[in-house]
Amino acid sequence: MKGKAVRYNKWGYIFLMPFIIVYVVFQLIPMVTTIYNSFFENYMSGLNQIGPNFVGFDNYVSLFSSGDIWIYAKNTMILWIMCFIPQILLSLLLGAWFSDVRLKLKGARFFKTVIYLPNLIMASAFSMLFFTLFSDGGPINSILMQIGIIDTPYKFLSNVGSTRGLIAFMNCLMWFGNTTILLMAGMMGIDTSLFEAAEVDGATSTQVFFQITLPLLRPILVYVMITSLIGGLQLFDVPQILTNGTGDPMRSTMTLIMFLNKHLYSKNYGMAGALSVVLFIITGILSLVIFKVTGNDKRKG
Amino acid sequence: MENMNQETTKGLGIHARRTIAYVVLAIVTFFCLFWFYVLFINATRSNGELQAGFSALPSNNLIKNWTNLVNGTLPIWSGLLNSLIVATASAALCVYFSTMTAYAIHAYEFKAKRFIYPFILMIMMIPTQVTALGFVQLVSKMKLEDSFIPLIIPSIAAPVTFFYMKQYMESSLPLSLIEAARIDGSGEFRTFNTIVLPLMKPAIAVQAIFTFVSSWNNYFTPALILHDDKKKTLPILIAQLRSADWLKFDMGQVYVMIAFSIFPVIVVYLILSKHIVQGVALGSVKG
Repeated sequence: MKGKAVRYNKWGYIFLMPFIIVYVVFQLIPMVTTIYNSFFENYMSGLNQIGPNFVGFDNYVSLFSSGDIWIYAKNTMILWIMCFIPQILLSLLLGAWFSDVRLKLKGARFFKTVIYLPNLIMASAFSMLFFTLFSDGGPINSILMQIGIIDTPYKFLSNVGSTRGLIAFMNCLMWFGNTTILLMAGMMGIDTSLFEAAEVDGATSTQVFFQITLPLLRPILVYVMITSLIGGLQLFDVPQILTNGTGDPMRSTMTLIMFLNKHLYSKNYGMAGALSVVLFIITGILSLVIFKVTGNDKRKG
Repeated sequence: MENMNQETTKGLGIHARRTIAYVVLAIVTFFCLFWFYVLFINATRSNGELQAGFSALPSNNLIKNWTNLVNGTLPIWSGLLNSLIVATASAALCVYFSTMTAYAIHAYEFKAKRFIYPFILMIMMIPTQVTALGFVQLVSKMKLEDSFIPLIIPSIAAPVTFFYMKQYMESSLPLSLIEAARIDGSGEFRTFNTIVLPLMKPAIAVQAIFTFVSSWNNYFTPALILHDDKKKTLPILIAQLRSADWLKFDMGQVYVMIAFSIFPVIVVYLILSKHIVQGVALGSVKG
């Protein structure tokens, strides 16, 4: 009997093989070479290839001392915060409404379908669409002028505030549906007897929300926030297409991944490597937090 | 926002709260759909009409814009075909092998499982961008630039899909069933293909859609790998459109091109929306 179990269990390894082989070739090896590259001077100066020469931590030193990374990290954080705060507030509100049995909203399925829709749209096409809609002679300016809010076209993509606002707005639009559905699933999972007891005690729905729903939702809120932060660090498609890779006006919308992309295109592999490692460490730490918050439950389940 | 909510709900009854909810939902719906409405309208208008200003009603130039676009410089058809090939192949490989990986962890007891499972959960969140440098170097060493292989094969190792499949198996794949198949003399590989896969159909459908869509929409990696015009996927063509001197462009064509990349996904989504929305909720952590 025992021999039989062992014979079956070798199939565990066999079925794991494709995953492991592909993971090692296409993710682990690239990760190791990325880290390896970060210790070498390796770039094109005009037509001359410089390096690769081993330079130790020089790439990291010049990465942090040049100052650019701080500007782009700040941009990335600002864009994330501008996107996340309205997103989480709206998602909490909608989630609470959708899961409120007393409210009995009609057409919940329709609304869920609609709010999730933007998440599936190709980010590059969506950005191109917003670029044309919000261009100086585009439909939005045309509408605003027709209803008389403005006299001359507003240059959405020449002002720092409005460009950042557009990027944050688009990301918020693309992700709040996803967040709403996640939060709602969490709210549905709360023991309904708690709500009934609160109702008997005469609690208003606002009190129920702040005293019962929110505290019980904390693990999911942490999960949503950190996955959103990791997603925010990867912000690329929308600002890249909207600003054609320039991060204009005045590099105010240049994100970390756009910076990485620039190094990859100019074949400055040393700097690209160092930047990748920094981003890897940050996401690694954030993943560990998620793992701590939710991972333990998962393994038990 | 919450303060506002507080003030209005304290004194108001259920009807007033319901009204507020519907008003907010109507506004949200407007912001979700308005852009696609404008896109549709503008795709039907000629360049001249578009320059003249916005109109809420469609015109009759959709087909003309479309033929202009197809006869223009952008390789639309090959872009569509390339996107379809990459996304379909990725989705198929991803769901098949993720189910297989999940099955390995779910159905068997073996030594390495103790650390492989937590390891896969740990790497779940690592973005592909941070290994892009090594990936590009590897691809060029393997002489796989301008090939779809580096865009398709890596989807075999998809930790997120794996995790979803694992969760689904826990709730709907009893080990006794596999035991029964063994007693009937079914080989392990056959059991997986003929018993496990059909049982996993709902999860496979949801994940196939997600993988297809994310591959269809992916811009970062394909842009680093595909340089030949004939090999480019739709997102790269869109980016090319953006970097072209767009003022000289026929705007009608630009809108048709955007619509062309967006609307197939919208149509598929509307047909399958019920499963997709449920799927997102299922994939969440159980608080």
